[in-house]
Amino acid sequence: MSKEKFQKLISPAVPIAVENIDTDQIIPARFLKATTREGFGDNLFRDWRYDGNNNPIAEFPLNNAAYTGKILVAGKNFGCGSSREHAAWAIYDYGFRVVVSSFFADIFKNNALNNAVLPVVVSDQFLNELLETIQRDPKTEVTVDLENQFISFNGKKEGFQINAYKKTCLMNGYDDIDYLLSLNREIKEYDLTH
Amino acid sequence: MSQPKTIFEKIWDKHVVKRADGYPDAVFIDRHFIHEVTSPQAFDGLRKRGIGVFNVNRTTATADHNVPTKDQHLPIKEALSRHQVETLRKNCAEFGVELYDLGHPFQGIVHIIGPELGLTLPGMTIVCGDSHTSTHGAFGNVAFGIGTSEVEQVLATQCILQYKPKTMKIEINGKLGKGVVSKDIILYIISKISASGATGYFVEYAGDAIRSLSMEARMTICNMSIEMGARGGLIAPDETTFAYIKGRKFAPQGAAFDLAVEEWKKLKTDEGAKYDTVLTFDAADIAPMITYGTNPGMGMKVTDRIPTANELKELNEQVSFKKSLEYMGLEQGSQLLGKAIDYVFIGSCTNARIEDLREVAAMVRGKKKAAGVEVWVVPGSKQVQEQAKKEGLDKIFEAAGFELREPGCSACLGMNEDKIPAGKYCISTSNRNFEGRQGPKSRTFLASPLSAAAAAITGKVTDVREFNVKS
Ligand code: SF4
Repeated sequence: MSKEKFQKLISPAVPIAVENIDTDQIIPARFLKATTREGFGDNLFRDWRYDGNNNPIAEFPLNNAAYTGKILVAGKNFGCGSSREHAAWAIYDYGFRVVVSSFFADIFKNNALNNAVLPVVVSDQFLNELLETIQRDPKTEVTVDLENQFISFNGKKEGFQINAYKKTCLMNGYDDIDYLLSLNREIKEYDLTH
Repeated sequence: MSQPKTIFEKIWDKHVVKRADGYPDAVFIDRHFIHEVTSPQAFDGLRKRGIGVFNVNRTTATADHNVPTKDQHLPIKEALSRHQVETLRKNCAEFGVELYDLGHPFQGIVHIIGPELGLTLPGMTIVCGDSHTSTHGAFGNVAFGIGTSEVEQVLATQCILQYKPKTMKIEINGKLGKGVVSKDIILYIISKISASGATGYFVEYAGDAIRSLSMEARMTICNMSIEMGARGGLIAPDETTFAYIKGRKFAPQGAAFDLAVEEWKKLKTDEGAKYDTVLTFDAADIAPMITYGTNPGMGMKVTDRIPTANELKELNEQVSFKKSLEYMGLEQGSQLLGKAIDYVFIGSCTNARIEDLREVAAMVRGKKKAAGVEVWVVPGSKQVQEQAKKEGLDKIFEAAGFELREPGCSACLGMNEDKIPAGKYCISTSNRNFEGRQGPKSRTFLASPLSAAAAAITGKVTDVREFNVKS
């Protein structure tokens, strides 16, 4: 499916300075009932965003109008817990295209890449400086350059790693299925002969 | 001669449609199983792309994860469950996929019906949107669980993109002791290497203790490969395998079967082939096992005592260890033997095959469950349920006060109404003892069907060897 192509993103960012954010916080289990991929964004971080009476919790960054943009910056070990892909769907559906952290749970990282969300791993020091800077000045523009594999803000810059295949997919706006569909002839032949 | 290969590598390499530098392998999938919970978004994806299922003959659907285990002939009461099953029906009809729906004689837990119907065969690649797909590996194939995006990949292209995992051999030699069954073997292995001990690996089980097992028993072992982090687990096929497959509904028949067997016989690891890791255990060291914590690696011999935090090898595990015992309401250093239980669940893709039900029935024949204990026997499939009735096992269960239900995943994941109430203890033949797995705040002891049956009768955690058991 042609997703948006990701080459370079310049945007303000939203900070959630919490470590070990697990998939149950990203999207609580009771919202997994849907049979489509859309709509999960409304319940992203549901229990941190709303209190028991469904009133927005003002202190939570997603409820703070000062914070905007397509980049989420979060504490170490983001996305641990269950393998539910819904966590990545919720982040995408909400409008984020990049998550920055100093460590990601493996399965989440994969799920994110499969759903047009780029996980950017940075050093602890870079992460802390970034979080502090955005909290001080929410308008700070963050640049994520996929082609050249670096992230920068206010003149600070750090490189990041990404699997070459996944990079190609994101840059061209295609996913695993598009790649496999391009092998259609080979697959058909295999199917017939095995 | 070409380089010696493990059975895993033989199957994997044969299924690679395309291998390119820097790219994951495009691996052809022979058999794809789907169910109501992880397939809806995948079908939705096909619709959005405007494409169909690549080859409908390679996909089989059933309803199992979220179905009631009572009154399956009536409309499903629970709205979510009903919606998921109806969506599956609609999707299968629209895309032309065969569905073994509620009430169909072939319906059941996806990992039970595949082997039972002869859809699961040696040498295949098999996937399903459920982590216990490793079960099928007992037949000498490469089977593993996948996520919803991957379900969509397979529906759309019959292939999956994967990096080849590392290989591990786990060898068990010697003779199993009295009362020790295959569930104990796998719980023992996981307790030795931890719930993450095989992460990144595909496991091959070998050794004479494995060879001596029935197909049902082998499936129980492969089923729980994922509980030590492995991608999957397999056992090279042999005469036991071929005898099990012969005559099954969708297996090759007659001359085609004989030809197939000749091919399947080649499916073994070559002399001199290298594994990335090899582990060896002595069957004589294995005893009836039970878990005390909240991951399957937290297991011990039923006669042992729970370790204390100071005895842990990894000091950084102390916090989660204490939290786990607190959740379970158990004391460090205490014994589980004699601990009163509230529920017994005999079911799941780990232990709900006909052989499991026979073992349980043989043990409880003429006995009664302890007062105050609730016992659910949930057969793995419609065929298991029918067979149990044919053999009169239902009568034995009834006389013992056990409730024989209709097939489904049931209290294995507590998605339907079969939930263990908060704070209650359940001795369960399933595969996961995570917090809340069997219902919010439920407490799970994983054990073999024999140990579960013994506990049902005594009302407490029991050493099954005190009972008169054959094996
Ligand atoms: S019985 Fe449990 S583990 Fe097996 S398929 Fe069902 S939910 Fe998954």
